[in-house]
Order: sequence, then C-alpha cells, then structure tokens
Amino acid sequence: MKIIGTGSALPALKVTNDDLAKFLDTSNEWIITRTGIQARHLLSTEDLYDLSVDAATKAITASGLRPDQIDFLLVSNVANRHVTPGLSCIVQKRIGLSCAGLDINVACAGFVNALMLADGMMKAGHAKNILVLCAEEPTKYCDWKERDCSVLFGDGAGAVVLTEGNAFKDVKLTMISDRDVLYYERGMETTPFEKEYIKGQPLVMKGKELFRTAVSESAKDIITLLNRNGLQHENIDWFMLHQANKRIIEGIRKIVGGPEEKYPTVIEKYGNTSSASIPIMLDEMLADNKIKAGDKIVMSAFGAGFVSAACLWEWEF
Amino acid sequence: MATIQDKTKALIASKLKVSESEITPEKNLFNDLGADSLDFVEISMMLEREFNVKFTEADTAAVKTVGDLYQLMEQYSNK
Repeated sequence: MKIIGTGSALPALKVTNDDLAKFLDTSNEWIITRTGIQARHLLSTEDLYDLSVDAATKAITASGLRPDQIDFLLVSNVANRHVTPGLSCIVQKRIGLSCAGLDINVACAGFVNALMLADGMMKAGHAKNILVLCAEEPTKYCDWKERDCSVLFGDGAGAVVLTEGNAFKDVKLTMISDRDVLYYERGMETTPFEKEYIKGQPLVMKGKELFRTAVSESAKDIITLLNRNGLQHENIDWFMLHQANKRIIEGIRKIVGGPEEKYPTVIEKYGNTSSASIPIMLDEMLADNKIKAGDKIVMSAFGAGFVSAACLWEWEF
Repeated sequence: MATIQDKTKALIASKLKVSESEITPEKNLFNDLGADSLDFVEISMMLEREFNVKFTEADTAAVKTVGDLYQLMEQYSNK
C-alpha cells in the first residue's frame, strides 16, 4: 500500500491565544508554555461536511484518479452533529463517490487505525483504491467557559488516497481501557422507562494522567516497531506524531531519540485536530517537498480510550 | 559514586533549567523552582526510567518539595 494523493482543509476562522484570553482565564504565555499552541481554526460559517468534501476532493485530485476509481471510503470521526447516518454516508455523494464506506471512531488514533484497515482490505482483495478521510470538530465537545480543554483544540480535515504498493511496512495498535482519563458524553433522548435522565458531559480530561500514558504508550509503540523491523531511531527520517501537545511530542522524543528536526509539528498553527492532525501535517509536508522517495517515516497517534497506534512507511511516490 | 539524591538533583536541574546549587530539600518544586504540573510528571517519568521503579499516583500527588522527592526515591530504592 502507498499514498498517492493527500488533501486538507481548515476552517476560515483563525483564533489566536489572545482572542481566547478575552473571555477565558488564560493568556498567550500560559497556553504556549503548556501546549506550544499559538492559534487554531474553528468552524463558524462552514461546517464539518464542507471541510470533509474539500479535503477529500483535493486528495482525489492530487492522486490523479477519478472519483469513480475509488473503491472504498474510510472515515475517521469522533463525533459530529449526526449520530446517524455515518459521516461517510453524508459526504459520499458530495465527494462524487459511488463506492461503499464506513466510519470508525478510534479517537485521535483514527488515522493510523484506518491505514491498518485499508491495508487489510487491499491484501484481502476487497479494494484497490481507498480514500481515508479524517474529519474532526473537537472544539464542539469542549466547555467554552473553562480553559483546560477549549484552548487545546482546533477543527480540520485531512485525507489520503491509498493504492497498492510496498510503502506501508508495519503497524502496531494498542488499547488500554480507561474511560475516565479523557471522555465526552452526549446526552441521548430519554424514554418513559428510565429512572434518571443522564445529561451530556463536555470533554473531561485528566491532563497529567493523559500526558503520562500518551508519552509512555506512544514511545512503546514506536520502539516496538523499530525493534521488530531491525531499525534504530537514526534510520528514521520523520517521526510524525499526533499533534496533541508539543510537550507530549517532546516527551516521546526524549525516550525514542533523535533531533527535534525529525519531529515536525503543525500544532502551533492548528491546535489538536484529533485524528486529522497527522494527515493535515502530511499534506503540508508533501506540498513543501519535505518527503523524499525512500524516506522512512514513523507515524504515531494516541487518544481517548486509551488508544494508541503507530505505523512504519518507506515512502514511495 | 553518585547517590540517588545526586542523580535526582541533576535530573531536576536539567528539566527545570536551574542550577544544582538552587536545589535544596526545603525548596518547593512548583513555587520556588518554577515547575508546572507537566514538568513534574516528566520528572517523575524520568526518575522511573532511571531507577526502574513505578510510582503510584498517591505517592507522586504528595510530593511538593525537593525533600519530599528525595524521600520518595529513598523509599522506592529500598523496596
């Protein structure tokens, strides 16, 4: 499997830390010190479906394929306005696709999990060209009266077109059931038979525990991948980590090894865009010609669950 | 030979970018040495790796001063 096209889309509205400090108990310095984030883009006039179509269309165009050549649509999305139908169904027609698809929710690790599924589908002969779309609006889960979560997130979408090839080398998935560290509950309709109505709960995050688990599990995933492929960190050209928090990225780097330059970031500009963060960054790096044929790339993502996932590429165009 | 306290002090100094002479047992890691909550998580994770121990949440939650951390390290090294 290899990636032959990428695309990304961000909301038009850019919100800086100073903008947030106007109504939250925070400051530019507080946010940058703790997260590395300077700005993020938030949905306002457009919606997540618009972003999805934009990113997907760009990826298909970049791939050189026609929409009717895409055999399957895999969407990673944590939550959107529709509980049903799935986001894949909602955007399929607007992207110009007629193929089947499905949604997955593996929190911020959705992109790497979708890659694993796509690889399996290709190997089983179910599809030759697969569109993976990660579209997220985590700013809609946050309590905007509190600074703890709302300063961290941004909305966005990233997409890749995958086809047969030998670039995708290995993948490792991890799940450690621990809901309380990070969760968002939506309220549901109540029935006459329930004793108590359970309201929704905006995103709850235990920052210190999440930091500890994210750093240790992502590092473990990466080291496992390196070891079982006979590689050292020196052999890797890029460590593309989920853009959750610059200090998490730095914590992982200290364990895995390698210079900061090998750990690219876009979190300064976009905040944490959940499962879209790696495909958005990949799209930018390819546009900037930073990735060369033969580059060894590790991707690692982690999030609510707790889940983490890492994969290894040897890049082909 | 470096003691557990020496190694702990060196690690705090490197993480918080302060000189080792400033790191005395009565100093509060947060108020005096400028650590934030994530700095402390990183310090505890570095100590766990260095000394091959695993702290409980309750143990690390009780640490406020450099002396508390020295005491915790001694306690774990004797386990």
